[in-house]
Amino acid sequence: MNEILLEAGSVVAVQKGDFDSLLGAMNSLGYNLIGPAVRDDAIVYAPLFSSISLPQGYISEQDAGHYRLIYTGHGRYFDVTPGAQTWKQFLFPARAPLYTQQRKDGRWQIESHDDHPAYALIGVRPCELAAIQVQDRVFLQEAWSDPIYRHRRQRVFIVSVDCLHPCGTCFCDSIGTGPKTGPGFDLNLTEFDDLFLAEAGSETGKIVLSNVPYQPASAFLLQSARRGLADARKRMGRTLPDIDELPEALLGNLDHTHWDDVARRCLSCGNCTQVCPTCFCWDVQDSTDLQGTRSHRERIWDSCFNPDYSYIAGGNTRPDTRSRYRQWLTHKLASWKHQFDVLGCVGCGRCITWCPAGIDLTVEVAALRREFVK
Amino acid sequence: MTTLATPQHMAVNTLNPMLPYWAEIIRIQPEAPGISTYWLRFLDSAVRQGFSFRPGQFNMVQVPGYGEAAISISSDPADRELIGHTIRHTGNVTQAISRMKVGDVLGVRGPFGTHWPIEQHPGADLVLGTGGIGLPPLRPVIYHIIRHRHDFGRVVLLYGARTPRDLQFQREFAEWEKGGIETMITVDRADESWQGLVGVVPILFYHLRVDPRKSVVLTCGPEIMIRFVVFEALARRIPSNRIYVSLERNMRCGLGMCGHCQLGPYFVCKDGPVFNFELLEPYVNLENL
Repeated sequence: MNEILLEAGSVVAVQKGDFDSLLGAMNSLGYNLIGPAVRDDAIVYAPLFSSISLPQGYISEQDAGHYRLIYTGHGRYFDVTPGAQTWKQFLFPARAPLYTQQRKDGRWQIESHDDHPAYALIGVRPCELAAIQVQDRVFLQEAWSDPIYRHRRQRVFIVSVDCLHPCGTCFCDSIGTGPKTGPGFDLNLTEFDDLFLAEAGSETGKIVLSNVPYQPASAFLLQSARRGLADARKRMGRTLPDIDELPEALLGNLDHTHWDDVARRCLSCGNCTQVCPTCFCWDVQDSTDLQGTRSHRERIWDSCFNPDYSYIAGGNTRPDTRSRYRQWLTHKLASWKHQFDVLGCVGCGRCITWCPAGIDLTVEVAALRREFVK
Repeated sequence: MTTLATPQHMAVNTLNPMLPYWAEIIRIQPEAPGISTYWLRFLDSAVRQGFSFRPGQFNMVQVPGYGEAAISISSDPADRELIGHTIRHTGNVTQAISRMKVGDVLGVRGPFGTHWPIEQHPGADLVLGTGGIGLPPLRPVIYHIIRHRHDFGRVVLLYGARTPRDLQFQREFAEWEKGGIETMITVDRADESWQGLVGVVPILFYHLRVDPRKSVVLTCGPEIMIRFVVFEALARRIPSNRIYVSLERNMRCGLGMCGHCQLGPYFVCKDGPVFNFELLEPYVNLENL
């Protein structure tokens, strides 16, 4: 059995053949496993029952408005950069019940919904882990926290993977959220052809890891991991330089003519907000039965591109695409910093890949800054 | 020195801040065509006793099956029994409220947001500039001023409505005058009964001599009116950090979590609705922010 003691920060080697035992250990702790899978020629996050459903052998080719899965037959589970889906759908579901109100004997009663599953998220990339931590700041505030998010977040088990194969729309290196996983995981993996380097980041992570055989990580493996990460930094498809200056550059440029230029291309479809792992805006929807005695209130994802989003009795405060795109971009890269002391962008590149018009945030920012006149 | 009642308890469930508390409609007072004040009383006595608010704050008011709307509190903050909401029936939720009667219940959570920070300006002259449905959010501060009248210098209320019929709280104007508040009323369109001023609210500044060194402006109403009230105030050399504006935005939560009410770096629900104008100055002249 295992001879070395697991410490926080200690990295051990786990054979690939033992990976299913690792998943089994999480299963037996009561977690619902979710991992990447190939569906309809794209990577989705789906219930994971065995390593066989992981996207082994795939890579993804991504560019502005372009996404293709390519099968190369390599032996690694987590080489493929993700698709449109993000982990936020499990912590901040796209549709979740808030409460039900019911009128009985002339009195209204209210009933909240507090049953939430415990998930183990397998294959969380560094940018995605950073995105979860960005949403933590939104939903777990000092005065109060969002119950749906809190219940799910407290129970979640995160298995992250160092990102050795970034794609064409990635720029986490510019933001500083990757490709090396930062703190906050339960278990972090670095994947090689035949084994994983594994690091436990929490007590639960140690318990899970102690269920499989592991050896000390050799200096050679550690060196290869470092080299792989250095190499990954060089292969980022996009860059977003000088992020510390972004808030001033964008909020000081709110009447720039380039906003009109983007507005001519932007379809105001809201794809970018749906695929963004940090976008948190939500709306509520009420539905009643025909007698009007029972009303169900749900929370659903909203988007600042939705015309209803900023509607008030006096009219719409953001009536055009220009004002909506400007709100989205300046929120992500500028006002978010004022609100939550972190940028709202983690550099995952989804908004670039999934924009049907191929609008590239890094290009737009560069244009806005190039002509930035103080 | 004035101290405003500090909220000891909010009617907000900290475990689930979206869950409202039930409040019964005790009285409905029509104010003007399409506008009524609803006097609410929390059903739960603990909530009723604990609830307090500061002038300028708002509640999220919910009608089962219809939705929730942010509505400012228009009643006296010293009244710990009943909470007044003066509502213009214009949207889905407020129209549903218009069909309700005494004894019906609404869901309420709050109070949320910032207040009119007049306690920071003891001895100041106050100019309250408001139009239309912008008066109810200022009414609690009027009560407060009357109760602490000696804490302030001259207090003037500039108020306008579209027509004389649309003026709210007319029955209270005499009382406010008696309490030491000068009221200057104007209407956009007069009728044969109207003896007073005609025109928009900002022009009332031309009937007024303000001392810029000791004046503080509080304004709430249509955004276009706010813009010009602020313009007139600045033109009279009242510094922007002594001008307070209350804004309206679409809101879902009141908690700074749903994103809807953003204005530049601010969430109107928690950084507002009452803003020091100095904070808004970089953003006000931008269209559609």
